[in-house]
Amino acid sequence: MWQERSAIEWLRWLAEGRVSAVELVDAAFQAIERTDSRVRAFLHLRPEQARVEARSIDERRRRGEELGLLAGLPIAVKDVLCVRGEPTTCGSRMLAEFRPPYDATVIERLRAAGAVLVGKTNLDEFAMGSSTENSAFFPTRNPWDLSRVPGGSSGGAAACLAAGQVPLSVGTDTGGSIRQPAAFCGVVGLKPTYGRVSRYGLVAYASSLDQVGPMARTAEDVALLLSVLAGHDPRDSTSAPVAAEAYHQGLDAPLGRLRIGVIREHFESGLSPSIAGAVRQALDVLAQMGAELVEVTMPHSPYAIAAYYLVAPCEASSNLARYDGMHYGLRCDESLPAGDGNEGRQDASRLVRVYRASRSQGFGLEVKRRIMLGTFALSAGYQDRYYVKALRVRRLIRADYERAFERVDVLAGPTTPSTAFRFGEKLADPLAMYLEDLFTVGANLAGVPALSLPCGFDENGLPIGLQLQAPWFREKRLLQLAHQFQQRTDWHKRRPAL
Amino acid sequence: MSQAVPYTIVIGLEVHVQLLTRTKLFCRCPTTFGAPPNTQTCPVCLGLPGALPVMNRRAFELALRTAVALQCRIPPRTKWDRKNYFYPDLPKGYQISQYDLPLATNGYLEIADPAGRFAPKPIRIRRAHLEEDAGKSLHDEAAGVADSRIDLNRAGTPLLEIVTEPDIRSPLEAKTFLSELKLLLLYLEVSDCNMQEGSLRVDANINIHIPTASGMVATPIVEVKNMNSFRAVERALQYEAERQYVEWQATGLTKENAPKQTRGWDDQAEVTVAQRRKEESSDYRYFPDPDLAEVTIPAHQIERLRDEMGELPGALRKRLEQQYGLDAYASDVLVNQGKAVVAYFEQVARQCGDARRAANWIQQDVLRVLNERHIGIEQYPVAADELAELLRQVGDGQLITSRAREVLERMVQRGEKLEQAIAALGIQSVSSNQLRELCRQLVEANPRIAADVRAGKRQAVGALVGQAKKRNPNVNPAEVQRICLELIEQSE
Ligand SMILES: [Zn+2]
Repeated sequence: MWQERSAIEWLRWLAEGRVSAVELVDAAFQAIERTDSRVRAFLHLRPEQARVEARSIDERRRRGEELGLLAGLPIAVKDVLCVRGEPTTCGSRMLAEFRPPYDATVIERLRAAGAVLVGKTNLDEFAMGSSTENSAFFPTRNPWDLSRVPGGSSGGAAACLAAGQVPLSVGTDTGGSIRQPAAFCGVVGLKPTYGRVSRYGLVAYASSLDQVGPMARTAEDVALLLSVLAGHDPRDSTSAPVAAEAYHQGLDAPLGRLRIGVIREHFESGLSPSIAGAVRQALDVLAQMGAELVEVTMPHSPYAIAAYYLVAPCEASSNLARYDGMHYGLRCDESLPAGDGNEGRQDASRLVRVYRASRSQGFGLEVKRRIMLGTFALSAGYQDRYYVKALRVRRLIRADYERAFERVDVLAGPTTPSTAFRFGEKLADPLAMYLEDLFTVGANLAGVPALSLPCGFDENGLPIGLQLQAPWFREKRLLQLAHQFQQRTDWHKRRPAL
Repeated sequence: MSQAVPYTIVIGLEVHVQLLTRTKLFCRCPTTFGAPPNTQTCPVCLGLPGALPVMNRRAFELALRTAVALQCRIPPRTKWDRKNYFYPDLPKGYQISQYDLPLATNGYLEIADPAGRFAPKPIRIRRAHLEEDAGKSLHDEAAGVADSRIDLNRAGTPLLEIVTEPDIRSPLEAKTFLSELKLLLLYLEVSDCNMQEGSLRVDANINIHIPTASGMVATPIVEVKNMNSFRAVERALQYEAERQYVEWQATGLTKENAPKQTRGWDDQAEVTVAQRRKEESSDYRYFPDPDLAEVTIPAHQIERLRDEMGELPGALRKRLEQQYGLDAYASDVLVNQGKAVVAYFEQVARQCGDARRAANWIQQDVLRVLNERHIGIEQYPVAADELAELLRQVGDGQLITSRAREVLERMVQRGEKLEQAIAALGIQSVSSNQLRELCRQLVEANPRIAADVRAGKRQAVGALVGQAKKRNPNVNPAEVQRICLELIEQSE
């Protein structure tokens, strides 16, 4: 029963006094207890604090106090968002012992809304990866097939929803990290417009692409969570001074004759036939709902992956420079005995040894690969050829979107080229892994909002995701469309047998 | 330079100025100097995971004000770049700076030497940009163990880096440029320019150009660091020029066949010493900081800054000369003391009606006290209107100069008001009737002197003046002389 109801429904029950926040938290921890030894969605759980917070919500409700939008709802947060005084590992050995002294803006907003944080979910180290296999601690498993990956990097964030552990989850998306795991796990995930949600306290992977976003089992719940997450933050200079909306209200409002652009390039080479079929069927549903389908072309989309895998590693190479073993995080000091000869030289090389040892042991392979890629692409003599050129491609991709949105209201297509793959299947082939992001990176490069929602299952019973993209700050339109789609379909109601 | 050397010195300067903001460049931590280590820090300036910078608008405005005053070209938009390198006092692993689109380029600052040792000239400013300061490494080498500690209070403090073209031709010009730049920054109220606290730091690039039979030869460029005063800059550059000449004579190395080198000035030993090279390469991998938006600089903002700028030292010197008839030296001395002294001077000059007298008294009497007591004009015990009144009485002949000095001295030492001091010194103004009566008595009592004067020895009247001062120290000697001569001539 716990996993059958949506967050919106539980809110109604809470308001009517049919259930308490403590009972919901207990239900969440029971579900986690029952399933997480197999799924392994969580890196850290905070049962005691969560119960204290839930009790306080119940108390305040009894006193008739005004409560926030999420008061009493259990929520999971990807372990890349800073929570004051609690583990924030980013799935890395480097930050295994790190506890930030401050809350991310998103965490502050969740607390103010009365959400009860049950724990922090697993991810690819520093959000770099598409399978959660790059977590330094353990991989998360796909609740639909435990031999398969849940996607990544927000793999834990998607898996905890699919496993029915919590109704709401917060992920982050730099190149598809919310949408691809949402597709693999059969849940809904939204990457908002760049600047829609504050990045303050989100541990940076690629600053110009990273965005925090809501995940849930229904579009309505995603909208509810976005209403809390979105808004201007003066502590984030890239946060947009655009007023947030009540995204969860008016989801049923008629959309009129929406023009939906079908991206031709996304149906060309590499797309699995079962996904193509499911997405075509979903497009038919949209057409039956009154939408007009228009084929659009995004001529620069074949270059999106290349541009993304230059811009993101370049920024990452700089963003991750702070993990040097000096101020916090892992420090490995392989110092030699002091006092032989030139003390100055000895001292300097000792410094380099600390850097080298800390970073060699603190970072995993994929993180190192991206730091090296980025360092190389930014270095003198190569910067114009790689980084600067990638920025040019990025502008062209953005222009593709601008042109497309002159003709259509929404873009639609598959979220991923394939469904969830088996552990180890792509680990040895980084390029194959990078192609996971083929359809998703465009939204990050252009900064537009994009959502993935379930639209079918393949021959192995694995979920398939439909990606919808809208113009900048048109999250509401995406959520309305997704919600109304879910009123006509029941893909989102299916649950894995765990 | 007065002494001829067989080469030309070529110097460019890089000046780092800490801007006078209450808070840091990208966070709200205070910039106060001298707080206990690491107490003025937050997630942003500690470079903690997830923390993000937000630009301090005030710092940007102060930097722009300086750029306008240096006659720089200011682009309509500028941006922030990351300069990537590893160092323990750099917690993010990169410094937020400005690389290829600095907020100011192509300016200049005029320098001149009132003593005429070089001709007045503009020194071109290549660029000026804002950046955040790093923290401080404190090395403790006690007990034979190299133990380094890091203080991040300074990390994130706003710095304006000002880079000149290599237009400076002598250590004296370098020192003069720095003095003039410091004066400008003080007038602009953008920095306290305190070198001891690191608010103003100078590095210099220097080499020498030597004419030889086969053409002009340039020695390898040396960057000189560690110069902690303007005097140190002058001496370090003098030493370095001579050292380069000697080295060139010994090795023949030139800019073309030897790399740029960094040397530190040792103030005790008075030599520059080669510094060890950083183990890093100098590829900083600059790229635009994705955490910060571009900054647009609207034309009206620059106009407003220009309007609000007030008078700057160069223009002020010229005005004091023209408006008050001061000589170049006097106006230079006053202007170099800062805005407040100039304002004090102008009030005294206006109220006493004699600008040159005001300038002389301020230069000789007022500035001496300021220097002795290490105080500013704000703490000087005598207000401008009091000094003006004193000088007015001197001008009117009511007070003789020597007595006026005694009065001022008393006002300064005891903090007395003008009237109090005059009364305490027993100075009473002598009415013209009293003075005339005194002179009549003296002429009558000294017929021989009167006779000498009539016989043409006019200087004999001096004896009467001396007697008059004995009888009443408040008399104005010039008046006594005039009246006595008049009486003697009348009694003919
Ligand atoms: Zn700070």
